[in-house]
Amino acid sequence: MALNQYLILSAFLFCCGVYGVLARRNGVLVLLSVELMLNAVNINLVAFAAFTRQIAGQVFALFVITIAAAEVGVGLAIVLLIYRNLRSPDLDRVDQLKG
Amino acid sequence: MTAQNVAFWVLAIAMGGGAVGVVRSRNIVHAALFLIIVLVGAAAQYIVLLAEFVGITQFFIYIGAIAVLFLFGIMLTRAPMSAGNFDNDQRWPAAIVAVFLLGVLIALLVNAFGHDNIKLSDELLRASRTGPVADSIFRNFVVPFEVVSMLLLAALVGAVVIARRD
Repeated sequence: MALNQYLILSAFLFCCGVYGVLARRNGVLVLLSVELMLNAVNINLVAFAAFTRQIAGQVFALFVITIAAAEVGVGLAIVLLIYRNLRSPDLDRVDQLKG
Repeated sequence: MTAQNVAFWVLAIAMGGGAVGVVRSRNIVHAALFLIIVLVGAAAQYIVLLAEFVGITQFFIYIGAIAVLFLFGIMLTRAPMSAGNFDNDQRWPAAIVAVFLLGVLIALLVNAFGHDNIKLSDELLRASRTGPVADSIFRNFVVPFEVVSMLLLAALVGAVVIARRD
């Protein structure tokens, strides 16, 4: 199998995630898009682990999965706090630092 | 075309459709369910690449924990279950940035790795079983492992502190 097919699939997922982070207004949907980007990284790591025949790629994929779990926990807590303070999960309304 | 290639393309098409669904769906619960398609597809891709332990971990942690956490987040922020507009007004600049980035990445990848192939052999299968992964974590990467466990603890305590009602 070509290495490139995995890398291009992962690039497509990453770009979908970039679009979602930039174009979505709801905080939960922004976090969903961040998950897409983290998954793209994981696919790259596992594909290179199979390509170079070194196990380190898989270990780092496991670390990324762990970090993603921590990120979702803290991220959803922050979105919940924004919802509680502003009565809306829209990130566009978090503009108190705007000059 | 080998069986692995067929499996790759079936999964890749499902994952691509799911990823577009996550960022384009006008229903927030559907977006979360589309993300589950992408996550299951990624777990299956790891198993195609003979990374069994990563695939099973992806399945348990992402679909078992993170997807449920997202559904709870949707519930707690009282998002409308019907179709609504969740996009801001930067949709076209965002699309241009994403397409430009995809073009640059594909050009770079074809240039850099255009002739490289992954050989899925029995030798690779033996080298990437759960035992070697565990050996690698607890021999070469034991310090990062401990750091990650402390980070998880700190993130959990932080999430409780942030979300707690005073």
